[in-house]
Amino acid sequence: MSLTLTIKSAPEVPLEADALSPEHLEGMNTAQAAAVAVLYGNRRAQLGDFFRVEGQGDGELRLVGDCTRVKRIGAAMSRGRIVIEGDVGMHLGTGMSGGAITVNGNAADSVGLEMLGGQIVIMGNAGHLVGSTIRGGSVGIRGGEIIVHGSVGNETGTGMRRGLIAVGGNAGDFTGASMLAGTIVVLGHLGWRSGAGMKRGSIVSTRPAELLPTFSYACTYRPVMLRLVLAHLRERGLPVSDADVGGRYRRFSGDAVEANRGEILLLEQPAVQ
Amino acid sequence: MQVNGVAVEDTFAEAFAMWGARVLITAENEKWAMAAARAMTGFATSVIGCKCEAGIERSVPAAETPDGRPGVTVLLFATSAESVGKRLVERVGQCVMTCPTTACYNALTADASVVVGGLLRYFGDGFQAAKLLDGRRFWRVPAMDGEFVVEERFGVQPAIGGGNLLILGEDSAPTLAATEAAVEAMRSVAGVILPFPDGVVRCGSKVGSRYKSVIASTNDAYCPTLRAVSAATRLSEDVNCVLEIVIDGLDLSGVQEAMRRGIRAAARPGVRQITAGNYGGNLGQYKIGLRDLIDGS
Repeated sequence: MSLTLTIKSAPEVPLEADALSPEHLEGMNTAQAAAVAVLYGNRRAQLGDFFRVEGQGDGELRLVGDCTRVKRIGAAMSRGRIVIEGDVGMHLGTGMSGGAITVNGNAADSVGLEMLGGQIVIMGNAGHLVGSTIRGGSVGIRGGEIIVHGSVGNETGTGMRRGLIAVGGNAGDFTGASMLAGTIVVLGHLGWRSGAGMKRGSIVSTRPAELLPTFSYACTYRPVMLRLVLAHLRERGLPVSDADVGGRYRRFSGDAVEANRGEILLLEQPAVQ
Repeated sequence: MQVNGVAVEDTFAEAFAMWGARVLITAENEKWAMAAARAMTGFATSVIGCKCEAGIERSVPAAETPDGRPGVTVLLFATSAESVGKRLVERVGQCVMTCPTTACYNALTADASVVVGGLLRYFGDGFQAAKLLDGRRFWRVPAMDGEFVVEERFGVQPAIGGGNLLILGEDSAPTLAATEAAVEAMRSVAGVILPFPDGVVRCGSKVGSRYKSVIASTNDAYCPTLRAVSAATRLSEDVNCVLEIVIDGLDLSGVQEAMRRGIRAAARPGVRQITAGNYGGNLGQYKIGLRDLIDGS
């Protein structure tokens, strides 16, 4: 039986809830879970002040209701599963190394900052800095998957070293900026300056995009590796079409201001009659 | 023992412990996947002379492959896990990587593994790139038609080599026809290959020779032309042709099942006896009794 926490009193200021992870609450009964300390603004509080707690911690945690001001859910988690029925606040899954988080709603900024492994799925939209570095850091996510079914804001995957970020909708500006490696797939439009300063790694879009002049056209081909990635994303429920999988992609190498070993792959568009 | 009126000798096939791997080759269409598979399994009939034994296991529909393209699985066997790794690097590198449009994936879940793509990547001369997807690492090696994708590690597991059947017939044509029928039936078993040309061996061997430098020599006991001169002959006067089928498998049960189906399919008019080769039970780790196979069916 999973532990279910239902919002009974929505926080008015941010609730720092690192404790909302399956391993932290594992084995706890309702009373124990309700007594877990959290930081509400600048004062101490308990989970039970904001959530009605039911069930038993067995590795799965369910959060129900509007959690838009609940921050750091699943931060540093290494196993188990979190399901959130509603919107969720900033810093979801920061530094997580394993386990899975599913949000049946939207997520605020900074999803999966510097994550090491595991999986985050956002069924709605997500804000800025998905899978990026913490401000001032140089390395973003180093493993795992972040899948956003909707759109994302700016600076997705900044400093990404490894892993997969997939966006079903559009991505904002500076997607994949300063990437070191890894893969970002955007089924919608890429914003401006995507890949700025990238050294290695792949940024993929199925729509036309305006690229920086420091990216050079290489060729148009059918990358087999992309078929694997897109088939994987289709299994994960993203709306990947047969044309996306089997189509030809225009490959651009860049960023020339860095190692020039990265690539942006843009699906070739059908000719207009 | 009799199957369909054909005598089956109450003996056993002596088989050997080997290590095996399963490789999935995909390509833009089945023609090129099969071309790579054929090249990779060429000159791989016997570990004695070829360092490994390999064969095509089956065609894989596009819907079942990781990249959604038609594929072919190849099984490769050698005497150690290390040797399997070396042979895979040689053969994937020379026969699959060189073949237009192909990609190459591990298709065996096993506790042990060997590095293949992780070595072939150096062909990329620094332009190669790795992708980690769902816990599996792939290498993209730039090639003149795009890029070659190969998985970093391939699973290897203990396996069985040298299962065999000998089909003794009264003439070449019916013996060949019976052997072909057996091959067709045996190929329906998953996890099994028949490494010789189209599955059939006409040149069975015995251990040793009268020449010191030759480790294996013609199996005079089953050569019809030597019936009158070889003291070892096992052939009656009505046998004028003998063909052999060698079976390698990822596990013993697969080899046994293939042999069982082979016996049934080969037992047809023109065949005088079905038997199996062994070395008195002194060399191989496995004894596959023909009586057990028939009784089991």
